[in-house]
Amino acid sequence: MQYRKLKLEVAVHNFQYTRAKNAAGAIAELSKNPAAKLVAGGTNLIDLMKYGVMAPDRLVDINRLSYNAIQKESGVLSIGATVTNSVAAANEMVLQYQPLLSQAMLAGASPQLRNKATMGGNLLQRTRCPYFYDISEPCNKREPGTGCGALKGYNRMHAIFGASDACIAVNPSDMNVALVALDASVQVTGPKGKRNIPIAEFHRLPGKHPELDNTLDRREVITGLLIPDNAFSKHTTYLKVRDRASYAFALISVAVALEMEETTEGTTIKEVHLAMGGVAHKPWRLTAAEQLLKGKKATVENFKMAAELAMQGAKSYGHNDFKLKLAPNSIVQALKTASGIKA
Amino acid sequence: MVENKSLEEEDNQGSSRRDFLKKTSVMTAIALTPAAAIKASDLKLDEKLADALEQVPLSIDINGQHHDLKVEPRLTLLDLLREKLRLTGTKKGCDQGQCGACTVHIDGVRTNSCLTLAVMHDGARITTIEGLATGNQLHPMQEAFIKHDGFQCGYCTPGQIMSAVACINEGHAGSEKEIREFMSGNICRCGAYANIVNAIQEVKAGGSRA
Ligand SMILES: Cc1cc2nc3c(=O)[nH]c(=O)nc-3n(C[C@H](O)[C@H](O)[C@H](O)COP(=O)(O)OP(=O)(O)OC[C@H]3O[C@@H](n4cnc5c(N)ncnc54)[C@H](O)[C@@H]3O)c2cc1C
Ligand code: FES
Ligand code: FES
Repeated sequence: MQYRKLKLEVAVHNFQYTRAKNAAGAIAELSKNPAAKLVAGGTNLIDLMKYGVMAPDRLVDINRLSYNAIQKESGVLSIGATVTNSVAAANEMVLQYQPLLSQAMLAGASPQLRNKATMGGNLLQRTRCPYFYDISEPCNKREPGTGCGALKGYNRMHAIFGASDACIAVNPSDMNVALVALDASVQVTGPKGKRNIPIAEFHRLPGKHPELDNTLDRREVITGLLIPDNAFSKHTTYLKVRDRASYAFALISVAVALEMEETTEGTTIKEVHLAMGGVAHKPWRLTAAEQLLKGKKATVENFKMAAELAMQGAKSYGHNDFKLKLAPNSIVQALKTASGIKA
Repeated sequence: MVENKSLEEEDNQGSSRRDFLKKTSVMTAIALTPAAAIKASDLKLDEKLADALEQVPLSIDINGQHHDLKVEPRLTLLDLLREKLRLTGTKKGCDQGQCGACTVHIDGVRTNSCLTLAVMHDGARITTIEGLATGNQLHPMQEAFIKHDGFQCGYCTPGQIMSAVACINEGHAGSEKEIREFMSGNICRCGAYANIVNAIQEVKAGGSRA
Protein backbone atom coordinates (compact mmCIF):
# COMPACT_ATOMS: atom_id res chain seq x y z
CA MET A 1 0.00 0.00 0.00
CA GLN A 2 2.74 2.39 1.01
CA TYR A 3 4.73 1.40 -2.05
CA ARG A 4 1.80 1.97 -4.35
CA LYS A 5 1.28 5.42 -2.96
CA LEU A 6 4.90 6.27 -3.50
CA LYS A 7 4.82 5.19 -7.13
CA LEU A 8 1.60 6.96 -7.94
CA GLU A 9 1.70 10.13 -5.97
CA VAL A 10 5.31 10.99 -5.29
CA ALA A 11 7.33 9.74 -8.23
CA VAL A 12 5.73 12.02 -10.82
CA HIS A 13 4.57 15.48 -9.79
CA ASN A 14 1.15 16.41 -11.03
CA PHE A 15 0.65 18.60 -14.07
CA GLN A 16 -2.06 19.77 -16.39
CA TYR A 17 -2.81 18.31 -19.76
CA THR A 18 -4.00 19.85 -23.01
CA ARG A 19 -4.63 18.21 -26.36
CA ALA A 20 -3.46 20.65 -29.04
CA LYS A 21 -5.77 20.90 -32.04
CA ASN A 22 -3.29 22.65 -34.29
CA ALA A 23 0.22 24.09 -34.28
CA ALA A 24 -1.04 27.59 -33.46
CA GLY A 25 -2.70 26.23 -30.31
CA ALA A 26 0.48 24.44 -29.25
CA ILE A 27 2.60 27.56 -29.86
CA ALA A 28 0.15 29.65 -27.86
CA GLU A 29 0.39 27.26 -24.88
CA LEU A 30 4.19 27.30 -25.02
CA SER A 31 4.25 31.09 -25.36
CA LYS A 32 2.05 31.83 -22.38
CA ASN A 33 3.62 29.25 -20.05
CA PRO A 34 7.42 28.86 -19.85
CA ALA A 35 6.94 25.66 -17.80
CA ALA A 36 4.82 23.94 -20.47
CA LYS A 37 6.26 21.15 -22.66
CA LEU A 38 5.04 19.35 -25.74
CA VAL A 39 4.60 15.61 -25.52
CA ALA A 40 4.72 13.34 -28.58
CA GLY A 41 5.58 9.66 -27.94
CA GLY A 42 6.46 10.53 -24.36
CA THR A 43 9.18 7.86 -24.24
CA ASN A 44 11.87 10.34 -23.28
CA LEU A 45 9.95 13.10 -21.53
CA ILE A 46 7.85 10.84 -19.26
CA ASP A 47 10.96 8.84 -18.38
CA LEU A 48 12.76 12.06 -17.36
CA MET A 49 9.73 13.23 -15.40
CA LYS A 50 9.77 10.00 -13.40
CA TYR A 51 13.37 10.70 -12.42
CA GLY A 52 12.49 14.28 -11.54
CA VAL A 53 14.92 15.57 -14.18
CA MET A 54 12.19 17.48 -15.97
CA ALA A 55 9.10 18.87 -14.27
CA PRO A 56 6.80 20.66 -16.73
CA ASP A 57 3.58 21.92 -15.15
CA ARG A 58 1.60 21.40 -18.35
CA LEU A 59 1.92 18.86 -21.11
CA VAL A 60 0.64 19.80 -24.53
CA ASP A 61 -0.14 16.62 -26.47
CA ILE A 62 0.65 17.08 -30.17
CA ASN A 63 -0.32 13.60 -31.35
CA ARG A 64 -3.49 14.88 -32.99
CA LEU A 65 -1.73 17.46 -35.14
CA SER A 66 -1.68 16.60 -38.82
CA TYR A 67 2.09 16.11 -39.17
CA ASN A 68 1.81 12.44 -39.91
CA ALA A 69 2.53 12.20 -43.64
CA ILE A 70 5.51 10.90 -45.61
CA GLN A 71 5.77 12.49 -49.04
CA LYS A 72 8.15 12.90 -51.92
CA GLU A 73 8.07 16.09 -53.91
CA SER A 74 10.58 17.54 -56.39
CA GLY A 75 13.57 15.63 -55.14
CA VAL A 76 12.88 15.99 -51.43
CA LEU A 77 11.49 13.40 -49.05
CA SER A 78 9.48 14.91 -46.23
CA ILE A 79 8.53 13.08 -43.05
CA GLY A 80 6.04 14.61 -40.61
CA ALA A 81 7.13 15.26 -37.02
CA THR A 82 4.60 12.92 -35.40
CA VAL A 83 5.33 9.96 -37.70
CA THR A 84 6.66 7.17 -35.50
CA ASN A 85 10.14 5.74 -35.99
CA SER A 86 8.56 2.32 -36.75
CA VAL A 87 6.32 3.69 -39.48
CA ALA A 88 9.09 5.78 -41.06
CA ALA A 89 11.61 2.90 -40.95
CA ALA A 90 9.20 0.58 -42.79
CA ASN A 91 7.95 3.15 -45.30
CA GLU A 92 8.60 2.20 -48.93
CA MET A 93 9.81 5.65 -49.98
CA VAL A 94 12.17 5.85 -47.03
CA LEU A 95 13.52 2.38 -47.85
CA GLN A 96 13.92 3.23 -51.52
CA TYR A 97 15.36 6.75 -51.30
CA GLN A 98 16.91 6.96 -47.83
CA PRO A 99 17.72 3.43 -46.63
CA LEU A 100 20.42 4.75 -44.28
CA LEU A 101 17.77 6.55 -42.25
CA SER A 102 15.73 3.37 -41.94
CA GLN A 103 18.79 1.36 -40.87
CA ALA A 104 19.71 3.89 -38.20
CA MET A 105 16.19 4.07 -36.77
CA LEU A 106 15.93 0.27 -36.62
CA ALA A 107 19.20 0.17 -34.68
CA GLY A 108 17.65 2.33 -31.96
CA ALA A 109 15.66 1.37 -28.86
CA SER A 110 13.19 -1.55 -29.17
CA PRO A 111 10.22 -2.30 -31.45
CA GLN A 112 7.78 -1.21 -28.73
CA LEU A 113 9.61 2.06 -28.11
CA ARG A 114 9.93 2.79 -31.83
CA ASN A 115 6.16 2.34 -32.13
CA LYS A 116 5.80 5.41 -29.88
CA ALA A 117 8.99 7.39 -30.60
CA THR A 118 8.33 10.18 -33.10
CA MET A 119 10.64 11.95 -35.55
CA GLY A 120 10.35 15.21 -33.59
CA GLY A 121 10.82 13.57 -30.19
CA ASN A 122 13.82 11.58 -31.36
CA LEU A 123 15.50 14.76 -32.66
CA LEU A 124 15.11 16.28 -29.19
CA GLN A 125 15.81 13.26 -26.99
CA ARG A 126 18.17 14.21 -24.19
CA THR A 127 21.48 12.71 -23.18
CA ARG A 128 21.65 9.42 -21.25
CA CYS A 129 24.55 10.67 -19.10
CA PRO A 130 24.01 9.08 -15.64
CA TYR A 131 24.79 12.38 -13.90
CA PHE A 132 22.07 14.10 -15.91
CA TYR A 133 19.59 11.41 -14.80
CA ASP A 134 20.57 11.38 -11.12
CA ILE A 135 19.19 14.50 -9.46
CA SER A 136 21.43 13.99 -6.41
CA GLU A 137 24.53 14.49 -8.58
CA PRO A 138 25.96 17.70 -10.05
CA CYS A 139 25.17 18.32 -13.73
CA ASN A 140 25.52 21.57 -15.65
CA LYS A 141 23.06 20.38 -18.26
CA ARG A 142 20.30 19.71 -15.76
CA GLU A 143 21.20 22.48 -13.32
CA PRO A 144 23.61 25.07 -14.75
CA GLY A 145 26.41 26.02 -12.39
CA THR A 146 26.47 22.79 -10.34
CA GLY A 147 29.46 21.32 -12.21
CA CYS A 148 29.97 18.25 -14.37
CA GLY A 149 29.96 14.97 -12.48
CA ALA A 150 31.16 12.98 -15.48
CA LEU A 151 34.32 14.98 -16.17
CA LYS A 152 36.21 13.24 -13.35
CA GLY A 153 33.61 10.57 -12.68
CA TYR A 154 32.16 7.64 -14.55
CA ASN A 155 32.48 8.64 -18.19
CA ARG A 156 32.51 5.46 -20.23
CA MET A 157 29.69 6.57 -22.55
CA HIS A 158 31.00 10.11 -22.95
CA ALA A 159 32.30 12.42 -25.66
CA ILE A 160 35.69 12.40 -27.36
CA PHE A 161 35.00 15.38 -29.64
CA GLY A 162 33.77 18.92 -29.11
CA ALA A 163 33.28 18.66 -25.35
CA SER A 164 33.90 21.49 -22.87
CA ASP A 165 34.83 21.72 -19.20
CA ALA A 166 31.17 22.28 -18.52
CA CYS A 167 29.86 19.09 -20.15
CA ILE A 168 31.12 15.92 -21.82
CA ALA A 169 27.74 14.33 -22.51
CA VAL A 170 26.80 12.85 -25.90
CA ASN A 171 23.68 12.99 -28.03
CA PRO A 172 22.30 9.45 -27.76
CA SER A 173 20.22 9.28 -30.94
CA ASP A 174 20.88 6.88 -33.81
CA MET A 175 18.43 8.62 -36.14
CA ASN A 176 20.25 11.94 -35.76
CA VAL A 177 23.53 10.44 -37.01
CA ALA A 178 21.89 9.35 -40.26
CA LEU A 179 20.13 12.69 -40.66
CA VAL A 180 23.46 14.52 -40.44
CA ALA A 181 25.03 12.21 -43.02
CA LEU A 182 22.04 12.84 -45.30
CA ASP A 183 22.06 16.66 -45.08
CA ALA A 184 18.52 16.75 -43.72
CA SER A 185 16.81 19.87 -42.46
CA VAL A 186 14.28 20.41 -39.70
CA GLN A 187 11.03 22.24 -40.46
CA VAL A 188 9.70 24.28 -37.57
CA THR A 189 6.95 26.77 -36.92
CA GLY A 190 6.80 29.28 -34.10
CA PRO A 191 5.59 32.69 -32.95
CA LYS A 192 7.72 34.31 -35.67
CA GLY A 193 6.58 31.98 -38.44
CA LYS A 194 8.13 29.06 -40.24
CA ARG A 195 11.78 28.25 -40.85
CA ASN A 196 13.98 25.35 -41.95
CA ILE A 197 17.04 24.59 -39.84
CA PRO A 198 19.85 22.62 -41.52
CA ILE A 199 20.49 19.59 -39.31
CA ALA A 200 24.17 20.52 -38.86
CA GLU A 201 23.00 23.76 -37.20
CA PHE A 202 20.21 22.14 -35.21
CA HIS A 203 22.13 20.40 -32.42
CA ARG A 204 24.83 22.37 -30.63
CA LEU A 205 28.10 21.78 -28.80
CA PRO A 206 28.02 22.30 -25.04
CA GLY A 207 30.43 25.24 -24.70
CA LYS A 208 29.44 27.26 -21.64
CA HIS A 209 25.74 26.41 -22.07
CA PRO A 210 25.27 22.65 -21.96
CA GLU A 211 21.69 23.21 -20.78
CA LEU A 212 20.92 24.00 -24.42
CA ASP A 213 20.91 20.88 -26.59
CA ASN A 214 19.87 22.65 -29.77
CA THR A 215 18.98 25.92 -31.47
CA LEU A 216 15.22 25.50 -31.38
CA ASP A 217 13.30 28.27 -29.63
CA ARG A 218 11.29 26.78 -26.76
CA ARG A 219 8.08 28.13 -28.29
CA GLU A 220 8.72 26.49 -31.65
CA VAL A 221 7.09 23.26 -32.83
CA ILE A 222 8.91 20.85 -35.14
CA THR A 223 6.60 20.01 -38.03
CA GLY A 224 8.77 17.70 -40.12
CA LEU A 225 12.05 16.64 -41.64
CA LEU A 226 13.26 17.25 -45.19
CA ILE A 227 15.80 14.97 -46.84
CA PRO A 228 17.12 15.79 -50.32
CA ASP A 229 17.59 13.04 -52.92
CA ASN A 230 21.05 11.55 -53.32
CA ALA A 231 22.73 8.74 -55.22
CA PHE A 232 23.73 6.80 -52.10
CA SER A 233 21.03 4.19 -51.85
CA LYS A 234 23.19 1.24 -53.00
CA HIS A 235 26.07 1.89 -50.59
CA THR A 236 24.88 2.85 -47.17
CA THR A 237 25.75 1.37 -43.78
CA TYR A 238 24.84 2.18 -40.23
CA LEU A 239 27.26 0.42 -37.90
CA LYS A 240 26.36 0.51 -34.24
CA VAL A 241 28.74 -0.81 -31.58
CA ARG A 242 27.09 -1.40 -28.20
CA ASP A 243 27.27 -3.47 -25.04
CA ARG A 244 24.48 -5.84 -26.10
CA ALA A 245 23.48 -7.23 -29.49
CA SER A 246 20.38 -5.03 -29.44
CA TYR A 247 18.37 -2.62 -27.25
CA ALA A 248 21.35 -0.61 -25.98
CA PHE A 249 22.66 2.85 -26.74
CA ALA A 250 25.68 3.24 -29.01
CA LEU A 251 29.20 3.33 -27.64
CA ILE A 252 30.19 4.31 -31.16
CA SER A 253 28.12 4.41 -34.31
CA VAL A 254 29.09 5.26 -37.88
CA ALA A 255 26.81 6.28 -40.74
CA VAL A 256 28.33 5.88 -44.20
CA ALA A 257 26.78 6.90 -47.51
CA LEU A 258 28.85 6.27 -50.64
CA GLU A 259 28.40 6.84 -54.32
CA MET A 260 30.78 4.53 -56.19
CA GLU A 261 32.06 4.79 -59.72
CA GLU A 262 33.83 2.32 -62.00
CA THR A 263 36.79 4.06 -63.64
CA THR A 264 39.81 2.78 -65.56
CA GLU A 265 41.66 2.82 -62.23
CA GLY A 266 39.12 0.55 -60.56
CA THR A 267 36.30 1.26 -58.11
CA THR A 268 36.51 4.84 -56.92
CA ILE A 269 34.50 6.93 -54.49
CA LYS A 270 32.56 9.62 -56.32
CA GLU A 271 30.80 11.05 -53.29
CA VAL A 272 30.93 10.24 -49.59
CA HIS A 273 29.11 11.38 -46.47
CA LEU A 274 30.28 10.22 -43.04
CA ALA A 275 28.95 10.85 -39.54
CA MET A 276 29.53 9.38 -36.09
CA GLY A 277 27.37 8.93 -33.01
CA GLY A 278 28.33 8.35 -29.39
CA VAL A 279 31.26 10.72 -29.66
CA ALA A 280 29.96 14.26 -29.19
CA HIS A 281 27.21 16.52 -27.85
CA LYS A 282 25.85 16.58 -31.41
CA PRO A 283 25.90 14.04 -34.24
CA TRP A 284 29.46 14.36 -35.56
CA ARG A 285 30.09 14.87 -39.28
CA LEU A 286 33.53 13.72 -40.50
CA THR A 287 34.18 16.44 -43.06
CA ALA A 288 37.97 16.10 -43.33
CA ALA A 289 37.75 12.33 -43.84
CA GLU A 290 35.11 12.87 -46.54
CA GLN A 291 37.38 15.27 -48.41
CA LEU A 292 40.26 12.84 -48.24
CA LEU A 293 38.20 9.97 -49.64
CA LYS A 294 36.49 11.84 -52.48
CA GLY A 295 37.81 10.64 -55.83
CA LYS A 296 40.04 8.02 -54.19
CA LYS A 297 39.98 4.30 -54.72
CA ALA A 298 38.00 2.23 -52.24
CA THR A 299 40.85 0.50 -50.43
CA VAL A 300 41.48 -0.41 -46.81
CA GLU A 301 44.60 1.80 -46.83
CA ASN A 302 42.55 4.82 -47.86
CA PHE A 303 39.88 4.02 -45.29
CA LYS A 304 42.53 3.82 -42.56
CA MET A 305 43.98 7.17 -43.60
CA ALA A 306 40.51 8.73 -43.52
CA ALA A 307 39.83 7.26 -40.06
CA GLU A 308 43.12 8.60 -38.74
CA LEU A 309 42.30 12.04 -40.06
CA ALA A 310 38.82 11.87 -38.53
CA MET A 311 40.34 11.20 -35.12
CA GLN A 312 42.45 14.37 -35.05
CA GLY A 313 41.60 16.44 -32.00
CA ALA A 314 39.94 13.55 -30.16
CA LYS A 315 40.26 13.64 -26.38
CA SER A 316 39.21 11.01 -23.84
CA TYR A 317 38.49 11.20 -20.11
CA GLY A 318 39.52 7.88 -18.58
CA HIS A 319 36.74 5.35 -18.75
CA ASN A 320 36.15 6.20 -22.39
CA ASP A 321 39.79 5.92 -23.52
CA PHE A 322 38.80 2.80 -25.46
CA LYS A 323 36.80 4.97 -27.85
CA LEU A 324 40.03 6.39 -29.29
CA LYS A 325 40.65 2.95 -30.79
CA LEU A 326 37.09 1.76 -31.23
CA ALA A 327 36.08 4.84 -33.22
CA PRO A 328 38.67 4.63 -36.04
CA ASN A 329 38.25 0.84 -36.25
CA SER A 330 34.51 1.33 -36.59
CA ILE A 331 34.97 3.93 -39.33
CA VAL A 332 37.13 1.52 -41.35
CA GLN A 333 34.72 -1.36 -40.78
CA ALA A 334 31.69 0.70 -41.82
CA LEU A 335 33.45 1.95 -44.97
CA LYS A 336 34.39 -1.61 -45.90
CA THR A 337 30.82 -2.80 -45.48
CA ALA A 338 29.32 0.12 -47.41
CA SER A 339 31.78 -0.15 -50.30
CA GLY A 340 31.58 -3.94 -50.35
CA ILE A 341 35.33 -4.37 -50.68
CA LYS A 342 36.94 -7.50 -49.28
CA ALA A 343 39.88 -7.74 -46.86
CA MET B 1 -0.59 18.02 10.86
CA VAL B 2 -3.09 15.85 12.68
CA GLU B 3 -5.77 16.55 10.14
CA ASN B 4 -3.39 15.89 7.30
CA LYS B 5 -2.55 12.51 8.72
CA SER B 6 -6.14 11.47 9.01
CA LEU B 7 -6.79 12.43 5.40
CA GLU B 8 -3.76 10.45 4.30
CA GLU B 9 -4.93 7.44 6.24
CA GLU B 10 -8.41 7.61 4.81
CA ASP B 11 -6.95 7.87 1.37
CA ASN B 12 -4.89 4.77 2.08
CA GLN B 13 -7.96 2.92 3.19
CA GLY B 14 -9.43 3.68 -0.18
CA SER B 15 -11.99 6.37 0.68
CA SER B 16 -13.82 7.45 -2.44
CA ARG B 17 -12.90 10.52 -4.41
CA ARG B 18 -16.30 11.99 -3.63
CA ASP B 19 -15.73 11.87 0.15
CA PHE B 20 -12.42 13.43 -0.45
CA LEU B 21 -13.87 16.20 -2.61
CA LYS B 22 -16.56 16.90 -0.02
CA LYS B 23 -13.84 17.59 2.52
CA THR B 24 -11.71 19.64 0.23
CA SER B 25 -14.61 21.81 -0.93
CA VAL B 26 -15.21 22.69 2.72
CA MET B 27 -11.56 23.64 2.74
CA THR B 28 -12.00 26.00 -0.20
CA ALA B 29 -14.76 27.81 1.60
CA ILE B 30 -12.63 28.52 4.65
CA ALA B 31 -9.56 29.13 2.56
CA LEU B 32 -11.06 32.50 1.62
CA THR B 33 -9.68 33.94 4.85
CA PRO B 34 -5.89 34.42 4.73
CA ALA B 35 -5.12 32.63 7.99
CA ALA B 36 -7.07 29.58 6.99
CA ALA B 37 -5.51 29.65 3.56
CA ILE B 38 -2.04 29.54 5.10
CA LYS B 39 -3.08 26.72 7.38
CA ALA B 40 -4.59 24.83 4.49
CA SER B 41 -1.43 25.19 2.49
CA ASP B 42 0.66 24.07 5.48
CA LEU B 43 -1.40 20.93 5.52
CA LYS B 44 -0.90 20.58 1.73
CA LEU B 45 -4.67 20.49 1.35
CA ASP B 46 -4.47 22.98 -1.48
CA GLU B 47 -2.39 20.48 -3.42
CA LYS B 48 -4.87 17.75 -2.70
CA LEU B 49 -7.70 19.93 -3.91
CA ALA B 50 -5.79 20.78 -7.06
CA ASP B 51 -5.18 17.07 -7.65
CA ALA B 52 -8.83 16.31 -7.35
CA LEU B 53 -9.80 19.03 -9.78
CA GLU B 54 -7.19 18.06 -12.35
CA GLN B 55 -8.97 14.87 -13.35
CA VAL B 56 -9.36 14.52 -17.09
CA PRO B 57 -12.17 12.54 -18.75
CA LEU B 58 -10.99 9.44 -20.56
CA SER B 59 -13.05 7.16 -22.72
CA ILE B 60 -11.17 3.97 -23.46
CA ASP B 61 -11.86 0.40 -24.61
CA ILE B 62 -9.95 -2.28 -22.75
CA ASN B 63 -10.22 -5.92 -23.87
CA GLY B 64 -13.55 -5.17 -25.54
CA GLN B 65 -15.01 -3.42 -22.54
CA HIS B 66 -15.77 0.27 -22.66
CA HIS B 67 -14.73 2.53 -19.77
CA ASP B 68 -15.68 6.14 -19.12
CA LEU B 69 -13.19 7.34 -16.54
CA LYS B 70 -11.72 10.43 -14.96
CA VAL B 71 -8.00 10.22 -14.36
CA GLU B 72 -5.09 12.42 -13.35
CA PRO B 73 -2.88 13.35 -16.30
CA ARG B 74 0.17 11.82 -14.61
CA LEU B 75 -1.37 8.35 -14.50
CA THR B 76 0.49 6.05 -16.90
CA LEU B 77 -1.47 3.55 -18.96
CA LEU B 78 0.26 0.82 -16.92
CA ASP B 79 -0.91 2.26 -13.60
CA LEU B 80 -4.40 2.72 -14.98
CA LEU B 81 -4.53 -0.97 -15.86
CA ARG B 82 -2.96 -2.31 -12.69
CA GLU B 83 -3.90 0.14 -9.97
CA LYS B 84 -7.26 1.48 -11.07
CA LEU B 85 -8.77 -1.35 -13.10
CA ARG B 86 -7.05 -4.21 -11.27
CA LEU B 87 -5.88 -5.76 -14.52
CA THR B 88 -2.67 -7.02 -12.97
CA GLY B 89 -1.73 -9.37 -15.81
CA THR B 90 0.35 -6.57 -17.32
CA LYS B 91 3.54 -6.36 -15.25
CA LYS B 92 5.65 -3.48 -14.01
CA GLY B 93 9.31 -4.40 -14.27
CA CYS B 94 11.44 -1.29 -14.59
CA ASP B 95 8.76 1.39 -15.11
CA GLN B 96 11.31 3.02 -17.44
CA GLY B 97 10.92 1.47 -20.88
CA GLN B 98 13.88 -0.84 -20.34
CA CYS B 99 12.34 -4.31 -19.90
CA GLY B 100 9.11 -4.78 -21.89
CA ALA B 101 7.15 -6.43 -19.05
CA CYS B 102 4.44 -3.80 -19.48
CA THR B 103 3.86 -4.42 -23.21
CA VAL B 104 0.23 -4.06 -24.34
CA HIS B 105 -1.40 -3.41 -27.72
CA ILE B 106 -2.78 0.06 -28.35
CA ASP B 107 -5.02 -0.09 -31.41
CA GLY B 108 -3.15 -3.28 -32.30
CA VAL B 109 0.32 -1.76 -31.92
CA ARG B 110 2.66 -3.08 -29.20
CA THR B 111 3.71 -0.39 -26.75
CA ASN B 112 5.42 -0.03 -23.37
CA SER B 113 2.49 1.02 -21.20
CA CYS B 114 4.82 2.41 -18.51
CA LEU B 115 6.05 5.30 -20.66
CA THR B 116 2.75 6.54 -21.96
CA LEU B 117 0.02 8.47 -20.19
CA ALA B 118 -3.50 7.09 -20.00
CA VAL B 119 -4.95 10.48 -21.04
CA MET B 120 -3.03 10.32 -24.31
CA HIS B 121 -5.24 7.39 -25.37
CA ASP B 122 -8.74 8.80 -25.33
CA GLY B 123 -10.79 6.75 -27.78
CA ALA B 124 -8.17 4.00 -28.07
CA ARG B 125 -8.63 0.25 -28.03
CA ILE B 126 -6.25 -1.53 -25.62
CA THR B 127 -5.56 -5.25 -25.52
CA THR B 128 -3.79 -6.75 -22.52
CA ILE B 129 -2.80 -10.33 -21.75
CA GLU B 130 -6.22 -10.77 -20.11
CA GLY B 131 -7.89 -10.03 -23.43
CA LEU B 132 -5.96 -12.46 -25.60
CA ALA B 133 -7.82 -15.69 -24.92
CA THR B 134 -11.28 -16.30 -26.34
CA GLY B 135 -13.33 -17.60 -23.40
CA ASN B 136 -11.53 -20.70 -22.18
CA GLN B 137 -9.69 -21.08 -25.45
CA LEU B 138 -6.11 -19.85 -25.03
CA HIS B 139 -4.50 -17.85 -27.80
CA PRO B 140 -2.14 -20.02 -29.91
CA MET B 141 0.81 -18.02 -28.58
CA GLN B 142 -0.20 -18.78 -25.00
CA GLU B 143 -0.48 -22.49 -25.90
CA ALA B 144 2.93 -22.41 -27.56
CA PHE B 145 4.60 -20.75 -24.55
CA ILE B 146 3.25 -23.52 -22.33
CA LYS B 147 4.27 -26.27 -24.73
CA HIS B 148 7.83 -24.92 -25.18
CA ASP B 149 8.43 -23.85 -21.56
CA GLY B 150 8.79 -20.26 -22.73
CA PHE B 151 9.16 -19.04 -19.14
CA GLN B 152 10.45 -19.89 -15.72
CA CYS B 153 9.31 -17.40 -13.06
CA GLY B 154 6.73 -15.99 -15.49
CA TYR B 155 7.17 -12.33 -14.64
CA CYS B 156 8.17 -11.23 -18.12
CA THR B 157 5.72 -13.61 -19.80
CA PRO B 158 2.65 -11.41 -20.33
CA GLY B 159 4.88 -8.83 -22.00
CA GLN B 160 6.70 -11.49 -24.02
CA ILE B 161 3.42 -12.95 -25.28
CA MET B 162 1.92 -9.57 -26.22
CA SER B 163 5.15 -8.69 -27.99
CA ALA B 164 5.36 -12.08 -29.73
CA VAL B 165 1.83 -11.79 -31.12
CA ALA B 166 2.66 -8.36 -32.52
CA CYS B 167 6.02 -9.56 -33.83
CA ILE B 168 4.27 -12.08 -36.10
CA ASN B 169 1.51 -9.63 -37.10
CA GLU B 170 4.14 -7.07 -38.12
CA GLY B 171 5.87 -9.66 -40.31
CA HIS B 172 9.04 -9.65 -38.22
CA ALA B 173 9.19 -13.37 -37.45
CA GLY B 174 10.78 -14.54 -40.69
CA SER B 175 13.85 -16.18 -39.18
CA GLU B 176 15.36 -16.92 -35.79
CA LYS B 177 17.67 -13.93 -36.22
CA GLU B 178 14.79 -11.62 -37.07
CA ILE B 179 12.71 -12.90 -34.15
CA ARG B 180 15.59 -12.32 -31.74
CA GLU B 181 16.10 -8.76 -33.01
CA PHE B 182 12.41 -7.89 -32.96
CA MET B 183 11.86 -9.45 -29.53
CA SER B 184 14.83 -7.59 -28.04
CA GLY B 185 12.53 -5.13 -26.27
CA ASN B 186 11.49 -7.90 -23.87
CA ILE B 187 14.07 -8.88 -21.30
CA CYS B 188 13.83 -12.23 -19.52
CA ARG B 189 15.94 -12.54 -16.39
CA CYS B 190 15.33 -16.28 -16.31
CA GLY B 191 16.86 -16.51 -19.76
CA ALA B 192 14.01 -18.40 -21.44
CA TYR B 193 14.91 -16.81 -24.78
CA ALA B 194 15.63 -20.04 -26.70
CA ASN B 195 12.25 -21.50 -25.78
CA ILE B 196 10.47 -18.22 -26.51
CA VAL B 197 11.95 -18.19 -30.01
CA ASN B 198 10.81 -21.79 -30.52
CA ALA B 199 7.29 -20.93 -29.42
CA ILE B 200 7.12 -17.99 -31.84
CA GLN B 201 8.50 -20.05 -34.70
CA GLU B 202 5.90 -22.72 -34.12
CA VAL B 203 3.01 -20.27 -34.11
CA LYS B 204 4.43 -18.61 -37.23
CA ALA B 205 4.81 -21.95 -39.04
CA GLY B 206 1.36 -23.08 -37.98
CA GLY B 207 0.03 -20.03 -39.76
CA SER B 208 -2.34 -19.64 -36.84
CA ARG B 209 -3.95 -16.29 -36.52
CA ALA B 210 -1.57 -14.50 -34.22
C1 LIG C 1 15.01 2.01 -22.74
C2 LIG C 1 15.23 2.96 -23.88
C3 LIG C 1 16.18 2.66 -24.83
C4 LIG C 1 16.40 3.53 -25.90
N1 LIG C 1 17.36 3.23 -26.82
C5 LIG C 1 17.60 4.08 -27.83
C6 LIG C 1 18.63 3.83 -28.80
O1 LIG C 1 19.31 2.80 -28.75
N2 LIG C 1 18.81 4.73 -29.79
C7 LIG C 1 18.06 5.86 -29.88
O2 LIG C 1 18.28 6.64 -30.81
N3 LIG C 1 17.11 6.15 -28.99
C8 LIG C 1 16.86 5.28 -27.97
N4 LIG C 1 15.90 5.58 -27.05
C9 LIG C 1 15.28 6.91 -27.08
C10 LIG C 1 14.06 7.01 -27.94
O3 LIG C 1 14.46 6.93 -29.29
C11 LIG C 1 13.44 8.38 -27.63
O4 LIG C 1 12.90 8.30 -26.33
C12 LIG C 1 12.38 8.78 -28.61
O5 LIG C 1 12.91 8.91 -29.90
C13 LIG C 1 11.74 10.10 -28.20
O6 LIG C 1 10.63 10.37 -29.02
P1 LIG C 1 9.19 10.70 -28.38
O7 LIG C 1 8.27 11.02 -29.50
O8 LIG C 1 8.77 9.61 -27.47
O9 LIG C 1 9.57 12.00 -27.56
P2 LIG C 1 8.88 12.70 -26.30
O10 LIG C 1 9.35 12.01 -25.07
O11 LIG C 1 7.44 12.85 -26.50
O12 LIG C 1 9.55 14.14 -26.42
C14 LIG C 1 10.94 14.36 -26.26
C15 LIG C 1 11.18 15.86 -26.26
O13 LIG C 1 10.88 16.41 -27.52
C16 LIG C 1 9.92 17.43 -27.44
N5 LIG C 1 9.10 17.30 -28.66
C17 LIG C 1 8.53 16.17 -29.14
N6 LIG C 1 7.97 16.41 -30.34
C18 LIG C 1 8.19 17.71 -30.63
C19 LIG C 1 7.84 18.55 -31.73
N7 LIG C 1 7.18 18.09 -32.79
N8 LIG C 1 8.23 19.86 -31.69
C20 LIG C 1 8.92 20.33 -30.63
N9 LIG C 1 9.26 19.59 -29.56
C21 LIG C 1 8.90 18.29 -29.56
C22 LIG C 1 9.18 17.19 -26.15
O14 LIG C 1 8.71 18.40 -25.62
C23 LIG C 1 10.29 16.60 -25.28
O15 LIG C 1 11.04 17.62 -24.69
C24 LIG C 1 15.64 4.71 -26.01
C25 LIG C 1 14.67 4.99 -25.05
C26 LIG C 1 14.45 4.14 -23.99
C27 LIG C 1 13.41 4.48 -22.97
S1 FES D 1 7.87 -1.77 -17.02
FE1 FES D 1 7.62 -0.83 -18.93
S2 FES D 1 9.40 -1.41 -19.97
FE2 FES D 1 9.80 -2.17 -17.96
S1 FES E 1 10.45 -16.06 -17.09
FE1 FES E 1 11.41 -15.10 -15.39
S2 FES E 1 11.91 -13.17 -16.27
FE2 FES E 1 11.30 -14.27 -17.98
